[in-house]
Amino acid sequence: MNSQVEVIDEILECYPEKPEYLIFLLQDIQSAYGYISPESMQAVSDYAGVPITQVYSVATFYQSFRLEPKGEHELRVCLGTACYLKGGQRIVEELERKLNIKAGETTEDMIYTLDTVNCVGACALSPVMMVDDKYETNLTAGKVNKILKNIETE
Amino acid sequence: MTNENTALNTKINSGRLNSHEDLNALRQQIIDKHDPTKLEVLVCHGTGCIANGSMEVSETFKKICETSGIDVKIKPNIKTTGCQGFCSRGPLVLINPQGIFYQRVKPKDVEEIIQKTIINNEPVERLLYKDPKTGEPIKTENEIPFYNLQERIVLHNIGKIDPTDINDKIAAGGYQALAKALTTMTPKDVVTEITKSGLRGRGGAGFPTGRKWQGALKAVDKKGGPVYVVVNGDEGDPGAFMDCAIMEGDPHAVLEGLILGAYALGSNNGYLYIRAEYPLAVKHLEMAMAQARELGLLGENILNSGFSFDARINRGAGAFVCGESTALFTSIEGKAGTPRPKYVRSVEEGLWGRPTVLNNVETWANVPLIIDKGADWYSKLGVLNNTGTKVFCLVGKVNNVGLVEVPMGTPLSKIVEDIGGGVPNGKPFKAVQTGGPSGGCIPYKLKDLAVDFDSLTKAGAMMGSGAMIVMDDRDCVVDVALYFLRFLEEESCGKCIPCRLGLSRMKEILDTFSHGKGSEKDIDDLISLAKAIQDGALCALGTSAPNPCLTTIKFFKEEYLAHINEQRCPAGVCKDLITYSIDPDACTGCGSCARHCPQNCISGEKKKVHVIDTQNCIRCGICMDTCKFDAVQVN
Repeated sequence: MNSQVEVIDEILECYPEKPEYLIFLLQDIQSAYGYISPESMQAVSDYAGVPITQVYSVATFYQSFRLEPKGEHELRVCLGTACYLKGGQRIVEELERKLNIKAGETTEDMIYTLDTVNCVGACALSPVMMVDDKYETNLTAGKVNKILKNIETE
Repeated sequence: MTNENTALNTKINSGRLNSHEDLNALRQQIIDKHDPTKLEVLVCHGTGCIANGSMEVSETFKKICETSGIDVKIKPNIKTTGCQGFCSRGPLVLINPQGIFYQRVKPKDVEEIIQKTIINNEPVERLLYKDPKTGEPIKTENEIPFYNLQERIVLHNIGKIDPTDINDKIAAGGYQALAKALTTMTPKDVVTEITKSGLRGRGGAGFPTGRKWQGALKAVDKKGGPVYVVVNGDEGDPGAFMDCAIMEGDPHAVLEGLILGAYALGSNNGYLYIRAEYPLAVKHLEMAMAQARELGLLGENILNSGFSFDARINRGAGAFVCGESTALFTSIEGKAGTPRPKYVRSVEEGLWGRPTVLNNVETWANVPLIIDKGADWYSKLGVLNNTGTKVFCLVGKVNNVGLVEVPMGTPLSKIVEDIGGGVPNGKPFKAVQTGGPSGGCIPYKLKDLAVDFDSLTKAGAMMGSGAMIVMDDRDCVVDVALYFLRFLEEESCGKCIPCRLGLSRMKEILDTFSHGKGSEKDIDDLISLAKAIQDGALCALGTSAPNPCLTTIKFFKEEYLAHINEQRCPAGVCKDLITYSIDPDACTGCGSCARHCPQNCISGEKKKVHVIDTQNCIRCGICMDTCKFDAVQVN
């Protein structure tokens, strides 16, 4: 496996050395590593020719960027309007209680990251959450427990 | 997403197209290749159906057709399509040419569909849609009220074509408008046609598209080129997925519209800014652009006309404010997407400080239709000053959740009750929230309101991008207003004070109402603060943010007063104002609620009526969720 430095270099080389590609670079680094480390932020800053403060500003402005590693499984509960009206918030609260973390946090054992999202476009099946890339639909508290159990026995 | 017929189509040797005749010849070649006796199985791969397992359904179709030794002559073409629209009935399968509509299809049903419908030409009755009034099965899509009460022109191809195959689009008439414009119209003609059509921006504010284009042309006259064209695909309203469905299901429509706009404005560079959460839309547009480039429909010297144009995709990174024009430009430039003051208009100084035309996905998708069929045809759709159709996302407490396209000016009740099938509990709807967080709440008493830009604005709501969220008597307007304010407070970029601090303060006041505190004077303060934000905020996120709160106060003041004066939430939502109890007549003593209660505050012997200890109850609602006998009540 290539070292992180090599992979970051590969990503950098895909784009011209211009400030306008800053977001592209951060997106690609995040999809390779799941988060943006201080080292990669520095590398992007050097390459795109923007101050590190601006890289940090962009990385913290946009919600899709993470500055910390995420857990093995990502639970993203939809809080779009349709899901909210049908009890999405209750699902978030139930998961917060079960995992003992708040939305936006990762469990200490690095197994789960809990997040909320604004609409995943599956409003007909609300409330919905995404477990990694899989949709879990028409959720109830009972269903949430089963989903967690299934992940644990995998 | 690959298809059976892609393999077939790649055999069509097209190469670069150099004229309108070349395009027509290719179209004829594709149509001739198509065997009209072959059935087509169209499996919906819209987000809703995929979430419901439609990928497994299309895979099963392919597997069975490959392995079951089915006669080559009757082996159907299996296509996967964009969103077919009737999301609450998914996964959807359509059999053409008969138009047989199957709903809630599971992989285990596929065998029977192949045996009965494909081989023996009989419908599988249990998978047909049943008329909710008569219970009679309805065989074809065209006979279902949800579809036949709509006017689908922008959505026309979505759900019918394979979005990953340009040949399918060309057979359906794709790029005809572009070829027509490049060969028979001057750029000025295109602008005139769009202006005459009366098309208004579908992104929310409804600014006349033709006027916007003219403004950009004037700016170019003054300061010279380059000029940019941009697609706003940063659809951020929670509960809206129209633009997503268009980009995923008919990407070439957006692209063709953009190229036409570029031709009209003399632009050689375009951008498509697409929301982070729509990876499939990005993928389909990337494929569409690559295929169009290969055929000479995008890039250098398009159709040998001497006109060159290319575009690039920018993926959003998760910021609602980037749907605002100037914030979107800042984001394309690689910075944090904050808006700038609007005393200089974007058509004059937009992206990179150059004249720029930014239109929403649905607006661009309307452009080829207008050029193809003419402004006269288009302006007959809809009502005066609000021409054409509008695509809505009908969601919330409504039976038929899905994508709906109707002429502008259609009464709200027709959309919610006739097409949407009304509220699940059979009661009249309580309110409809149009336009998402920037829109307003329209009460049942205005159910005959015409849904168009001007009528909605007059009612204090807003068209917005087209989310339509139906609420019933179990939804609390204070809670909904609070939800939108929470959302907007979080999404506010923080650049201007009215939005950053004003929204926080509005949220605080509303929050006190939801706890049964506050006074009637606070309502007045809320209104005056809202007005200040409307006047003072930098961009549309801020100026429209108070709409949900103001319209709910306007139409549902008594509900606010119930919270403040009587410490009562009539809809039974606001946690501090409700208690849960168990109906002794309905409780069977199954113990499910007690097992799931996180506070362990439900007690009762097996098979005997259970009781909730209201002192320890945190009102999480889990008991209500888990009870199969509807015994848990909110008081």
